[in-house]
Amino acid sequence: MSRITPLNRKARRIAARFAGSFADAHALAPQDPPLGCTTIFAPGWEVDTDGGTANLCTPIERDLYDCHHSCYWPAQVPDALTNSPNWAQSCGAPVNDWSKIDLVFP
Amino acid sequence: MGSLRLGYAVNYATAQHRRARGKDMTYVWATRSAALAGLDDAALAVLDSFAAPRDPEAWFGAEGAEDERRKSFDALAALGLLEPADFRVPIAPDLPALPYPLGTLVLNVTNKCNLSCSYCYEYGEDRINESSRGPALMSEETARQAVDLLFKDSAGRRNLSITFFGGETLLNFPLIKSVTEYANAKARGERRRMSFALTTNATLLTEEVIDFLTAEHFGINISIDGPRATQDAQRPFLSGKGTHDVVVPKIQRLIAVNRERGGRPVGARVTVTAQSADVQTIYQHLAGELGFDAVGFAPVTSAPGRDYALTGENYFTLLQAFGVLADDFVSAASAGKNHAFSNLNDLLRELHQGVNKAHPCGAGLGLVGVSTGGELGLCHRFVESGEHAIGTVTSGLDEERRRAFLEAGHVGTKVSCHDCFARPICSGGCYHEAWVRYADATQPNLHSCEWIRAWLDLGLITYARIMDANPAFFTRYEEAS
Repeated sequence: MSRITPLNRKARRIAARFAGSFADAHALAPQDPPLGCTTIFAPGWEVDTDGGTANLCTPIERDLYDCHHSCYWPAQVPDALTNSPNWAQSCGAPVNDWSKIDLVFP
Repeated sequence: MGSLRLGYAVNYATAQHRRARGKDMTYVWATRSAALAGLDDAALAVLDSFAAPRDPEAWFGAEGAEDERRKSFDALAALGLLEPADFRVPIAPDLPALPYPLGTLVLNVTNKCNLSCSYCYEYGEDRINESSRGPALMSEETARQAVDLLFKDSAGRRNLSITFFGGETLLNFPLIKSVTEYANAKARGERRRMSFALTTNATLLTEEVIDFLTAEHFGINISIDGPRATQDAQRPFLSGKGTHDVVVPKIQRLIAVNRERGGRPVGARVTVTAQSADVQTIYQHLAGELGFDAVGFAPVTSAPGRDYALTGENYFTLLQAFGVLADDFVSAASAGKNHAFSNLNDLLRELHQGVNKAHPCGAGLGLVGVSTGGELGLCHRFVESGEHAIGTVTSGLDEERRRAFLEAGHVGTKVSCHDCFARPICSGGCYHEAWVRYADATQPNLHSCEWIRAWLDLGLITYARIMDANPAFFTRYEEAS
């Protein structure tokens, strides 16, 4: 068993982020819930959970909505902070309501 | 997020790093990330398994203990100690969002000086300023405009600082007083906090000045080169008379009053020349006899060939002397005590914070210099050099010139730095030094590379020794500064 001890502030920040790889760093693991598409509803992006493409999110609106809702990927979706705050209002449950998402023309 | 491994077969190799052997572990400083970690022999063996590029997937499964191997691999990759070997990730010259908010103003309150130091970059052979461009003293109006600029161009910053510089700063003491008052009042109105610093040759420290500086919690830096013989030879009055016996009682009085009032550490700033490379004697005089809280040494900035310029042999002697001071530092730190050798203190702080610089210093970034006439320069060393002007206090910062300089000065453009382990802390070194040497401020200071690398090795070894003896010592570096 090897032992890798993060010492300076930079190393400790890295260890907190990749806590699973550092035996000594559990106490420093972040308390925030994990962010990212693969941890929530969507099965993934480039590949699905089986490593293939057969179960990728379809239709693409599902992906799009994820960009807005669970991932911060602002370039890909209407800007919900200032210009189009209500663009996804009619989409309550994306699994069912994906077709109700508005189109926004810049 | 668990792994940095790429999803397809790719070879990995040991990434650039520097090591120092400690008691129970080896201290490893990764160049790309500036992370510093302690590795036991097993972890070190993992790192060395990738000395030649290999496919990690094949290595994981080779001798059982696959999970252990994966875990060590992932940790080392996350720290930047293992990296893909088949392609090179460039050091992109990315700039922070511009315009970058100012934090510090360096005001050249006067161009005049009452000394005639042999090596002075402001008036000597290596001067950069087009002399007599500006007035001898900064006016009240210019100073206020400069302070207004600092407040205007520092969006989002709560803490602002002003450093007074010269010439001999105290030749314009009335301005220092009024600027302090003006900036403090302005800061109170905006719920911000000011801090002030000043560099002086100490000849004009009177009771009134000492009272003012300590009451306002100034960070005080005194330019002094050492014991009588050195000080008098290198830093005489304009008349040629020595300054040592004039400044010593004033300095002692300042240190005593400052200590009584719980002020910030009083620092000595020593210029090391070919004639004054006896660092230990100088340190002993300043820290031991005069009681300075911090003593920092700066090799003289000089074009090669000047008789005060340091030679290769001088640099070697200097490094040896720094090594002896480092031993002394380790003894103090092991006992939990401060040590006044500030070069090493600063280096240990940077190592412990994992500083990874894109630019060697804050010049033109969070800091600008202001000439007596109100011209803005990259730092105090560049003011009144028309070529490096980045605006005026009346017209404001010239953001285009500022950006052009920051782009050119980024370590990403300094190709010779890209394979150097000193890069996170050195980042090419002082712009002014580069200008004097190469007539180009954004060149890396290649004449200093060997020296800097040796100095950083000494820093890493010292880090390891203190971490072995008294890890709690490093808590003093935890706060951002």
